[in-house]
Amino acid sequence: MMTNPTGRLTQGQFSFLPDLSDDEIRLQIEYGLRKGYAWSVEYTDDPHPRNTYWEMFGMPMFDLKDAAGVLMEMNTCRKTFPGHYIRLMAFDSTRGVESIAMSFIVNRPKSEPGFGLVRQEAEGRNIRYTVHSYATDRPEGDRYGG
Amino acid sequence: MTTPRYSIPGAPLAMPPAPAASPAAGDATAGARTVNEVLASSHVESVMDELDRDLIGLAPVKQRIRDIAALLVIDKLRANLGLAGDAATAAPSLHMCFTGNPGTGKTTVALRIAEILHRLGYVRKGHVVSVTRDDLVGQYIGHTAPKTKEVLKRAMGGVLFIDEAYYLYRPENERDYGQEAIEILLQVMENHRDDLVVILAGYKDRMDTFFRSNPGMSSRIAHHIDFPDYSGEELLQIAERLLAGQHYRFDEGARRAFAQYLERRMRQPHFANARSVRNALDRARLRAASRLFADRDRVLSEADLTTLTPADILASRVFGATAS
Repeated sequence: MMTNPTGRLTQGQFSFLPDLSDDEIRLQIEYGLRKGYAWSVEYTDDPHPRNTYWEMFGMPMFDLKDAAGVLMEMNTCRKTFPGHYIRLMAFDSTRGVESIAMSFIVNRPKSEPGFGLVRQEAEGRNIRYTVHSYATDRPEGDRYGG
Repeated sequence: MTTPRYSIPGAPLAMPPAPAASPAAGDATAGARTVNEVLASSHVESVMDELDRDLIGLAPVKQRIRDIAALLVIDKLRANLGLAGDAATAAPSLHMCFTGNPGTGKTTVALRIAEILHRLGYVRKGHVVSVTRDDLVGQYIGHTAPKTKEVLKRAMGGVLFIDEAYYLYRPENERDYGQEAIEILLQVMENHRDDLVVILAGYKDRMDTFFRSNPGMSSRIAHHIDFPDYSGEELLQIAERLLAGQHYRFDEGARRAFAQYLERRMRQPHFANARSVRNALDRARLRAASRLFADRDRVLSEADLTTLTPADILASRVFGATAS
């Protein structure tokens, strides 16, 4: 897409930046833990922007004091799903907020084919537009070469 | 800066990768060359003095903790001179095992150890997560691993204190899930040595049996510390310190009565050292309160409200049992 010259999926924080290193991820996690957020790990291989509910990898991690626990979970997930999108999410349980406060991608497939624009001819001369991820042409678990 | 800040797949990285933050970054002790410099910048000395001052008795335990602290300080100095060797093998194994009878201060010392390790920078957060078998072992197949991992994740950056650790292994039931918890524990103790310190606690004889049946656990624990029982005199000192903390005190007769009480109580079964002392004092405070409560018209002075009398102690069941 023209607005995204890198061809990479841009969801959540830091997605226009180069991939964060593990040390940078640790700093982000520490920041969230200081704020009292509960981190969780999620993965998917369907990168459509409306696919907001990814698969949970284990339970959200409450009451953590140190980033090492989250990193351990993240690395287990990377080992299990090396070719999937993996993101870390921080849940803010403050009364009245109770939603995700941070979210960023920590693992991507080696090649991201991106999205195509699909035009549908509707009544009269109307045209409906939608995006279609090339990756989802293949069955689940088989995308991105495995 | 005209180079784009994003990276295009297949193209070389737009920005050089950020230098890896070394674990010692921000460490106050980096660069220190003498023992005093390390002690001054890490405030370990004050924790050790506190340990000496606040905990009565336990001489062998204190000596061992001083030894460990000394080793850690010297290691820090060696690391500053680049003598540490590679990180994986040189990081000292700090997992410990505390054995001793109930009420000998195992939990209290674990809290202090966490503080010392934190000040020296060996654990990053210095909190203590205290668990027992119930927190680690699940009730059905597939329940144990997530449960144990959750506890381990919570303890990372601090100290995991496993009370009554011998319960983890139940030889009489070969399908017990405790073994699974032990295996996960061992794996994390080995691979995440710089992330958390595990302290096992329990009675001496039972822990010995536990280690005999789990040699892998025994060999991964570097420090086996035995907590001796307190003597009567030490227990009396503990009692006085506890009372002082609550703004109470013994009068002269009560002190003697309590010494007698301890003498009898120590011979009885289920004597739990300092814990029994605390419970006895709580009961004495109850009796003192009802003694004062009975006399409704009396003006109570500060001395009345803070003093325990011999009657409060001598009303104990321990004296009654021998009299009858």
